[in-house]
Amino acid sequence: MWRAVRLGIATQAVRTVNWVSQRSGRGSGTVIGGTVGLFLAPELLTSLANDRRVILVTGTNGKTTTTALVAAGWDGDVTSNDTGANMPAGHVAALARSGATRVVLETDEAWLGATLEATSPAVIVLLNLSRDQLDRASEVRQIADRWRNFLAKPQAEDAVIVANALDPLVVYAANEASNVRWCATPTSWTADTMSCPRCTEPLLRTDDRWWCTCGLAQPTLNSYLDGDVAVVGSTRVPLALGLPGVFNRGNALMALTALDAINVDLGRAASRMSSVGEVAGRYGLRRVDGQVVRLLLAKNPAGFAAMLEGLGDVHDVWISINARVADGHDPSWLYDVPFEVLRGRRVRCLGERRLDLATRLWYAGVEAHVDEGRPAIEDRVIDVIANYTAFSDLLKESRPC
Amino acid sequence: MLSIVQVYPELLGTYGDGGNGLVLAERARRRGIDVELVRAGMDGELPTGDVYLLGGGEDGPQRLAVALLAAAGLSSRVDDGAMVFAVCAGLQMLGSSFSVQGDDQYVGLGLVDAVTTRAPVRAVGDLVTMVEGTMMVGFENHGGETRIGPGVEPFATVVRGRGNDGVVDGFRAGRVWATYAHGPVLALNPWLADAVLSEALGGRELAPLESVADRLYESRCRALTTRSTG
Ligand SMILES: [Zn+2]
Repeated sequence: MWRAVRLGIATQAVRTVNWVSQRSGRGSGTVIGGTVGLFLAPELLTSLANDRRVILVTGTNGKTTTTALVAAGWDGDVTSNDTGANMPAGHVAALARSGATRVVLETDEAWLGATLEATSPAVIVLLNLSRDQLDRASEVRQIADRWRNFLAKPQAEDAVIVANALDPLVVYAANEASNVRWCATPTSWTADTMSCPRCTEPLLRTDDRWWCTCGLAQPTLNSYLDGDVAVVGSTRVPLALGLPGVFNRGNALMALTALDAINVDLGRAASRMSSVGEVAGRYGLRRVDGQVVRLLLAKNPAGFAAMLEGLGDVHDVWISINARVADGHDPSWLYDVPFEVLRGRRVRCLGERRLDLATRLWYAGVEAHVDEGRPAIEDRVIDVIANYTAFSDLLKESRPC
Repeated sequence: MLSIVQVYPELLGTYGDGGNGLVLAERARRRGIDVELVRAGMDGELPTGDVYLLGGGEDGPQRLAVALLAAAGLSSRVDDGAMVFAVCAGLQMLGSSFSVQGDDQYVGLGLVDAVTTRAPVRAVGDLVTMVEGTMMVGFENHGGETRIGPGVEPFATVVRGRGNDGVVDGFRAGRVWATYAHGPVLALNPWLADAVLSEALGGRELAPLESVADRLYESRCRALTTRSTG
């Protein structure tokens, strides 16, 4: 009785605080209310998730987009932490906001354990693991070890794990789980998995397979891409995504596999997904300094490599780099990004660490411009790739168009 | 032909350390010096080179790299006149012993009299040092505390950050140079890149080479000495 009252008060507090935060214009109103609610009742997330069907999405890159694709593809009323607040306070806020029985939560890699304990998810999507903000986060192998422990928790026993078979760190984390659907999710990034996550011997690779002498190897595939067609189990589903790049087709493949695990009709799910054209300001067209741009977010080498592959055919590219707390204070990772693919293009360097970027580009043999004033306005859309806080700054400085 | 060998990038390349090889090779190439940048894979033989670059690495890969380099005979390459420039875990590997997770000590390559133990806390942040009167700027992220032997010359004195022990950073033992500032420290300090290049070329004087890297160096020196936070 008292527990129910306390949870009721805490849930109401989440809504009220978030409403005040939004009205006062001081916050996006997602984290602060959740924090207050969790303070009043630490078991609030468990209570709010009770009797709902939950899908968790985690990994270094593609969390927000894949979460949006799952939410769009699922039929009916779905609630989600669509502002990217991906720790318990953000989860509580998303659940307190709506009574929808379908829930998809983007989850920070390090918070997967606590979140799955609280929500007993039906499906857990494991996208990928790669180096990211190394001066803040644990080393990437340690995260894989933690995932492995999380997935052994009793609350994960009944979950279907949807996991990337082409990422050896993900396979190492998930291969002991009992119910895994393995997806061939394309990635060109292998720098973090040159040596085996289990035994550190060199991994062996051919074009379509990887393995190690210790026995860790690419598992049998459940899902893969055949051009623009997603093959999930025995079902072929044509994709018509509003999002660019092969990496987004990979995200869609994993989203469809997750929905297939809970028996959502895949043809209809795919057509609903095609309506997603913008995710939290990414990919949408905006106007900055009079220039029409497409904002792209990339926070780490794997994310940058994926974005560089999918650039439009305009000669100019803008790139903006900051190194604040949320970005990681150390932009050394710029030397892990294959900027050499930009040779022949012209890059406008923006952000607080534009000189670090311009130096990296000079060594890559790419024409770079810093602080030379506003460039002439192009009549075509220019792609702007920015890391975390640089992206937020650009979002604030720009207007949708 | 100047040959620069980036050692085991699959094991020792956690923080953009590959940038050091790129920087050396480009600064040589743009001066018209005949140069090759070779990636030494861990599954092949260690190529013959004029400079061996050692990067940082996570604990398991660091121990594996020591075993591979000991077997490949890095120390005899140094005896034959090759240069080594090491950062972060690479520094620890060159010493007599080091510890990673837990308190176990592991035998290092023993090229330099230096012992690394685990420090109570990790050093994560900007590293600013003075190398013979010139400022070096960089970033460190490591859990080690390194004591160099009585006859060993430190690479630099620490202005900000930890380096070996909060007082000095790295070591310079003949042509074996090491710093805790991880890659791409040579991109941040073009003068240091040229010092390594010149040493590798037997002390040859290099033509000036202006680039945006000079502006970056000046701006980092200013940012790290006039403000309390980086
Ligand atoms: Zn193995």
